[in-house]
This record gives sequence, structure tokens and C-alpha cells, in this order.
Amino acid sequence: MDYATLIQVLDSTIRLATPLLLACLAGLYSERAGIFDIGLEGKMLAAAFLSAAIAYVSGSVWLGLLAGIAASMFLSLIHGLASITFRGNQLISGVAINFLASGLTVLVAQSWFSQGGRTPSLTGEGRFTPWEWPFAEAILPVPVAGPLYSDLISGHTAIVYLALALVPISWYVLFRTRFGLRLRAVGENPAAVDTAGVSVVGLRFAAVAICGVLCGVAGAYLATSLQAGFVKEMTAGRGYIALAALIFAKWRPWYALYACLLFGLLQALALRFQSMDAVLASDLLFSFGIMLAAIVALIAAFMFAKGRGLSPLKVMAQTVAGLLIASLALRGLAAIGLGFTIPVEFMDALPYILTVVILAGFVGKAIPPRAGGEPYVKER
Amino acid sequence: MDKMPGWADVLLVPLISLLLAAIISALVILAIGESPMEALSYMVEGALGSTYGWGYTLYYATNFMFTGLAVAIAFHASLFNIGGEGQATLGGLGVALVCLAVPWPHWALALPAAIVGGALFGAAWAFLPAYLQAKRGSHIVITTIMFNYIAFALIIYLLNNGLKPIGQMESSSARFPEGTNLPTLHEILAVVGIPFSKAPPVNISLFLALGAAYGVWLLLWRTPLGYEIRAFGKSEPAGKYAGISSTRIILITMVISGGLAGLLAINTVMGEAERLVNNSVQNAGFIGIAVALMGRSHPIGIVIAALLFGFLVQGGAELAFWTSIPTELIIVIQALVILFTGALDNMVRMPFEAFFTRRRLAKAARAQSAARTPGE
Repeated sequence: MDYATLIQVLDSTIRLATPLLLACLAGLYSERAGIFDIGLEGKMLAAAFLSAAIAYVSGSVWLGLLAGIAASMFLSLIHGLASITFRGNQLISGVAINFLASGLTVLVAQSWFSQGGRTPSLTGEGRFTPWEWPFAEAILPVPVAGPLYSDLISGHTAIVYLALALVPISWYVLFRTRFGLRLRAVGENPAAVDTAGVSVVGLRFAAVAICGVLCGVAGAYLATSLQAGFVKEMTAGRGYIALAALIFAKWRPWYALYACLLFGLLQALALRFQSMDAVLASDLLFSFGIMLAAIVALIAAFMFAKGRGLSPLKVMAQTVAGLLIASLALRGLAAIGLGFTIPVEFMDALPYILTVVILAGFVGKAIPPRAGGEPYVKER
Repeated sequence: MDKMPGWADVLLVPLISLLLAAIISALVILAIGESPMEALSYMVEGALGSTYGWGYTLYYATNFMFTGLAVAIAFHASLFNIGGEGQATLGGLGVALVCLAVPWPHWALALPAAIVGGALFGAAWAFLPAYLQAKRGSHIVITTIMFNYIAFALIIYLLNNGLKPIGQMESSSARFPEGTNLPTLHEILAVVGIPFSKAPPVNISLFLALGAAYGVWLLLWRTPLGYEIRAFGKSEPAGKYAGISSTRIILITMVISGGLAGLLAINTVMGEAERLVNNSVQNAGFIGIAVALMGRSHPIGIVIAALLFGFLVQGGAELAFWTSIPTELIIVIQALVILFTGALDNMVRMPFEAFFTRRRLAKAARAQSAARTPGE
């Protein structure tokens, strides 16, 4: 596989990982506060529709974004009422929200635009435009670094950079601020937070609201950035993949980024290659192995210069070795006539399969926040 | 001490929830510029106005009985099985394999084998999430959702590779042999001389579903295993104290649940399509959640709720045909029913509980003062 193809695949990885990342972080806030949310999918869908509709009518993508956030917040409010105020079943509420969004978006889209449950295509100001970084044109001819900078790092829409920036921000908010400490505490032991005189209900509503905003941005990104307009069921299970990524990431922001990039990569590969034979798979594994090795070398050089130990890189180095060995093994199998084809359906199902494997606890154990899913009853 | 009389719990609260869902649905119809009353009359006419409409209503109701029972039996063990969709999809594979394996001479022979095939495949698809929940503590809601998506991918793959006959463009299995065609309600009722429309796909599976409802009732309320399932569902620690193995109950309950969901394929794959097509489940697995919640997880309630949803789905299809209201209206109604009877149950319940508690306290106080008066 040549370098240009690799850059293309990575570029679409970032594009496809963005909505997953936003939804995953949304779920992170909610679930860290003890509110399970399987309604991510529905909130994204509602936001995608309303953002596209308002962006089309007003001609402003920013108004569209606000409308998307409002739609998602409305569903978040329902979820908050059901699971916090009325202590209902959070899972059932999430299911209801997903169906509500799935039905209402088509119903309203049909009523407003009469185009079979979709919005008209967005053009010009109705969509987010890519940000070209300085000197992107000038650097492009430089070998290796040129396409890396101009095509991969530069040229995404504002929301992509926002989503990436939200990873360190979420880490800081959750692990370095008082609000974050309380938010996590309310997901582990709400009674203790209550005893300390902090409102459990208030914190949980705050978490659910943050979740609503982030899902709103994710949905708006789908309809006004990744694609040009709303199409029926356009979230296509992304809310559930985000949920899977959240478990994969064990409810931690940085890991959420890695998980979403991995799942985004799987989507990008499925999109680019459909089905893969052993030789192509071997090539891909080899490319990613070399790429990861380069990153490991960079970090190692940096840490060595700072005089720190290299032990944290052990896992990454092992991954590189694993990728290269797997690549060689596949190539060997193909050479002796045992080559096989990985069907696109398997690529589609891979995020779900990986999540089940993680949930099964065979690759590290994913332990959810302890009070997750439990309504808090003050009076005992 | 009960906060409410039994009739309020079984009838009043679900009816109020349903009424709330209906009012909001009417508002939604108004908001998109249509008349709710007109919509309702189209639905009633289309779903119940002829034996043709009834046939479809009963056909859909059969689906929802299977999936509703599947969700309900898991609810009794405090397990939330969202995987009905995937389990029914796999059930379709089981039914199709059975029907295609042998040139069946008569449906009476094919049906029991297909029941075993459908139930077995559905149960197998529920077994793994159940095992992971019981042994590894993996949350069953998440794993069953994941298994839905894995099932969809698997079926699409199998339909394109292997099940599709060579030379066929459409991705579906071969048509099942004649001997597997189930008798329709038209044929069954003709035996006793009742005229019934020939067109709708409602078939003998309807009676299988009613039988399954009776079977689930027997199991839950008339067998030691059912008692154990319910006891475990009410309180896991109490169940453990009584010597009920959580692993055993989770596995058995989920296998039964998956098997029931798998039986749906008898109605859709064997009864209607007579071959395996993609998306044979058509949301019935998810509607089962609404049906189980509305039917309060009791077989009688589920049969009634399934009929209601059968009416909604058939009425919704007619509505989409005659007006500009899309069939997605049914998804909205389904969502509202799940929301009000499931998630916001307490919102409806709390005022009634307060009312009945106050009334009982007032009655007790009156009785006390009445008892005291003669003595003074």
C-alpha cells in the first residue's frame, strides 16, 4: 500500500472518529455521574436532523449547530427527568429516547420538507468549511511530512479540532477540578456526596446536560460536516459504537480517544476497501506497525532526552511487534496458498465483537462506575 | 404494606400511561398538520374494518407476542434482554436451515422441526451474553445490543455467501419447499366454515404464540423453576440465601427468552416470506420491549398489548398509504409507550400512591374515631 493511500485512510479515520469521540465523551460524563445512557444514538440523530433543518432554512451552520444542541438537550432533559427525578429505569428511558428520535426525525422531516424523510442538501454557509492550516499549500510537495501536514493535520472542520481538544479538557475537568471530583464521586457513591452537602440531583443533571451538548455537537457534525444534510437513520448505530468505545476505554478520556480512533479506522477501512484479502490485510498491518514504530521512536527519543524511563512504552512496543508478526504471518499464509478474504461484514461487526471481548474481561477488566444505573434515593 | 389496591396497579396506572402516550401522539399528529381523529379513523378502518385488516393485525400481533414474552420472562429475572432483534434474526437462520435441509412432505412434520431450529438458534444467540453476565459480570444490556449488530452482519454475510442460490441477484435464500408452507388462518377457519380474507399472512403461528403465552404463564407461576426465576428477579441476595444459583437462573431464563424470540421466525420466515430475507424481524424485537412493559410482563397483558401493537403497525401502514403521515408515527407511539409505562412509570404512579395512601389513612382515622365514640 502506498503512502498516499495510507494518508487517505488516516484522514477518513479522523473524520469518522470525530462523531464517535464526541458521543463517547458525552457518555463518559453521564456514566461517570452514574447515569447510564444508551440514548446517545437518539440524541445524535435528533441533533443531526434539527441542525440540518435549521442550517438549511437559516443558511447558517452555526444556528444549525445551536438547534442541534437544543434538540439533543431536550432529549437529555427527558432522560434526566425519567432517571433522576422519577427514579425510573435508565436503560428503558434510553431505549425510549432512541425510538422517539428515530420516529420523530422522519415524521417532522417529511412534514417540513416532503422529501421522503430527509432534509434538502446543504450548500455553502449551511455546512462547516474545512480549516486550511498556514502554509498547507506550500508544504504539500515536501515528501512524507508534506501530505502528513497538509492532508492529515490540516483541512478538517472546526468540530474535528474541537472534539480532539475536548479530550484533554475532559481529562482536566474530570480529574483536576472540584466539579470533576464530585461528578465522579456521585457515580461511585452518591450517598457520600450527599452527606458532604452537595446536591446529587444537581450534579447528575449537570452531567446529563453536558452529555446533551456533546451529543448535539456530534449529531450536527454528522449532518453539516461529514455529510451535507440529514438522511433517515443517518447515525447508523454510531451511538452504540460510541458506547462500545466508552467501555473499551474503561470510562477514561484519553483511552476514549484511542478507542474511537481504532473504531474510526475500522470504519474507514471498511469504507475504503470493502472486503480485504490476506495480502492487503498484511500490507495494512505492516504499514500501521511501521507508523506506530515511528511514533514510539519519537516518544522514546523525547523521554530519553528528558531523562525519564522508557517503561511506559513497553505496551506500544509490544503492539508494534504484534502487528509486524501478524503481517508476516498473513503474508506467509497467502504465500503457501492459505490466503483468505476478510468480508466487509466482519469489518462492520468488529467494533461490537471487540467490545464483547473487552466486556468479557479477557483483555483487562472494564469496571463501570459503581453507582451506575442506580437511582439515588435520599430518604431511607 | 401495599400502597395501592391491586386493580389500580394492574389497570389504572397502565391505562393512564397509555392515555398520556395517546395524547402526545395526537399532539404530534396535530403538529405535523394532520387531524388526529381522521388518522385514528383511517387506522381503525384499515386494521379492524375488514378480515383483511384483521389478518394483518393478527399477523403482527403474533410477532409481538413472541418478542413480548421473550422480554417479559427476562424482566421477571431482572434481566433486560434488548437482544430480541438479534435472537429472532438468528432464529430465522435456524428455521431457514431446517426448511431447506429436507424436502419436507407436509407442514405438520416441518413445523416441529422448524420450531426446534428457530428456538435453538435464538437460544444460542442469547446464551453467550447470558454466560458472560453470569460468569464474567458483563452487562447483559450492552452485550445483547452488540450481539444484535453482530447478528445483522452475520446474516447479511450468509445471505450473500452460501445461502443465496447461484445465479440469483437478490440477496435471499432459496424458496422453501412446498411442504413447509404453513396453513393460513383463511384455510384454518374455512374448515369450520368461517369466511376470512385469503391475502394476509396470518397463519397457524398465531396459535403457537398463544400456546407459548400459556406455557410462559405455567412456567412462571406453576413450576418451581418459575418460582426461582421470580424470586431471583425480586431480590438476588434473597434468592442466593434460598439456595437459588444465579448462574443457573440467568442461563436458563435467557435461553428461554432467546428461544421465544427465535420462534418469531416461524411466523415471519416460514409463515410469511417462505424464504430467508434480510431484516426479516422488522423491529419486532424492539417492539417486544414496549409490549412487555405495557403488558406488565404478564402473559395475558402481553397478548393484549401485542394485539394493540399489531393494530398500531397495521393501522400505521394503512395510514401511510392513504395520507402523508409516514409509518414512522408508529415508532413514535412505541417510544412514548416505552417512555410512559417503562421509564416514567413513577411519574404516573406517585400521585396515585399518594392518593390511595391518604385515603387509607383517612379511613383508618375515621374507623378509629368511630370505634372510640361508643365507649365514651
